[in-house]
Amino acid sequence: MSAPHLAEMLKEQVTDPAWLEDAVARLARDPGAVAELFPAVGRRCGRGPLRGDAPELAAWTVDDAARVLLLTAMPLRGAALAEQIRTLYWHGDAAEKRAVLRALPIVDIGDDAVELLHDAIRTNDPRLVRAAVGTDARQLDEQMWRQAVLKCVFMDIPLTAVAALDRRADGELGRMLADLDAERRAAGRAIPADARALLTLIGGSTKPTRSAEHEEAS
Amino acid sequence: MRIFDPHIHMSSRTTDDYERMAGAGVRALVEPAFWLGQPRTNAGSFTDYFDSLIGWEPFRASQFGIRHHCAVALNPKEANDPRCRDVLSVLPRYLAKDRVVAVGEVGYDSMTKDEDEAFAVQLGLAVEYDLPVLVHTPHRDKQRGTLRTLDVLKESGIDHGRVIIDHLNEVTVGLVADSGCWMGFSIYPGTKMSPSRMTVLLSRYGLARMLVNSAADWGRSDPLLTVRTGQAMLTAGFTEDDVDQVLWRNPVEFFGQSGRLDLDIVPAELPAAASAGNSINRGDA
Repeated sequence: MSAPHLAEMLKEQVTDPAWLEDAVARLARDPGAVAELFPAVGRRCGRGPLRGDAPELAAWTVDDAARVLLLTAMPLRGAALAEQIRTLYWHGDAAEKRAVLRALPIVDIGDDAVELLHDAIRTNDPRLVRAAVGTDARQLDEQMWRQAVLKCVFMDIPLTAVAALDRRADGELGRMLADLDAERRAAGRAIPADARALLTLIGGSTKPTRSAEHEEAS
Repeated sequence: MRIFDPHIHMSSRTTDDYERMAGAGVRALVEPAFWLGQPRTNAGSFTDYFDSLIGWEPFRASQFGIRHHCAVALNPKEANDPRCRDVLSVLPRYLAKDRVVAVGEVGYDSMTKDEDEAFAVQLGLAVEYDLPVLVHTPHRDKQRGTLRTLDVLKESGIDHGRVIIDHLNEVTVGLVADSGCWMGFSIYPGTKMSPSRMTVLLSRYGLARMLVNSAADWGRSDPLLTVRTGQAMLTAGFTEDDVDQVLWRNPVEFFGQSGRLDLDIVPAELPAAASAGNSINRGDA
């Protein structure tokens, strides 16, 4: 995914292409205008699903793509760019926050991405959790990444939304899923089918937890 | 059936709920401080919330003869947000108040370093202010979270009889039963625990140190599931006295350790004029 690629896709899909073109040009001259332009994107460009074949754009909307394009249009680098992106996130509504998360792989704000990803994962808003795990969130450490995957299971977010799942899923995630499975079975409930498939693939812990021992002993 | 709901987030509920609860036998409750769904952005947002827990909510509850108490804390989820952590320095002001009967909810959400620190600091405050503690156990990785909670409690030196570990289920109750801590169960539609599953646990683990709550909040939840659990207990063969122990005497004993429970029923604490123009008094005459 790159800015020219997004611009090309959006030409055919936004409701007001002239507005988007003007907005991009204006940001190149005056990056401060983003505070006004960024929230207006849904109204001016549309909010429907983005059409296209790129797997990394699956589940994106037109306003997501247009907002990401606007972020790439600002002539800012380094700390100034990071500060602007952080401000847009913290003052953004859910759609704006989601677009910032979507932009992280192509708008480099370095380690500042971590606090935004953590915030998104703490919310119980599937739009944000899904966007955070869908960005190949390399900045997330293993512990937080596993928590995010488990959160998807709790929120019924399909695990296909998790970037790099096949590469990052490890034994500890398997152990956590196996424990959840045990809890759900004790309650007469089940884990979702995709979580079950992942558990089968990576396997649960072979070492029983204390609680499992207790259940067997009684 | 008289009911003390030891964990319910009334700020997220309507006045109609207070009315229905009173009609069903709920006479007292504890509202622990928690996450609002929308993340807070600063410590001031917490103080407004705590003010509501010691002000507006007890007033709303009193309209229906319900005694409202609360627990205050920095919740585990927001302990991870550097913008919120300053609230730890204003907590002591609230821990000194009437009807603040515990520190809570504390504990773990994602089991991070920041959560470890906030948990330890607040256990220290509980000891300092001589208050019981209400500990939340995480939704994700609950078994590890419960074990880590027990380790932290042991390290803190706090009297386990002054701690309730909440949101337990079939798998985690066994970890807590022998610890001396009190055991909390949140009866939810569909998820955490159901009335019938609860009766099985009461048969197996006994009635001592067991608390049943609705944990009703802004999510799918039901403030009357405490009542339904009492009914399920009777159906399962428990006596009226057993129900009274679990749904009234146990929470009174636990939170009574604060020395701040106030169970004298006063119909309305403020004159109606104090809330003139507010719909809370409509139809109350």
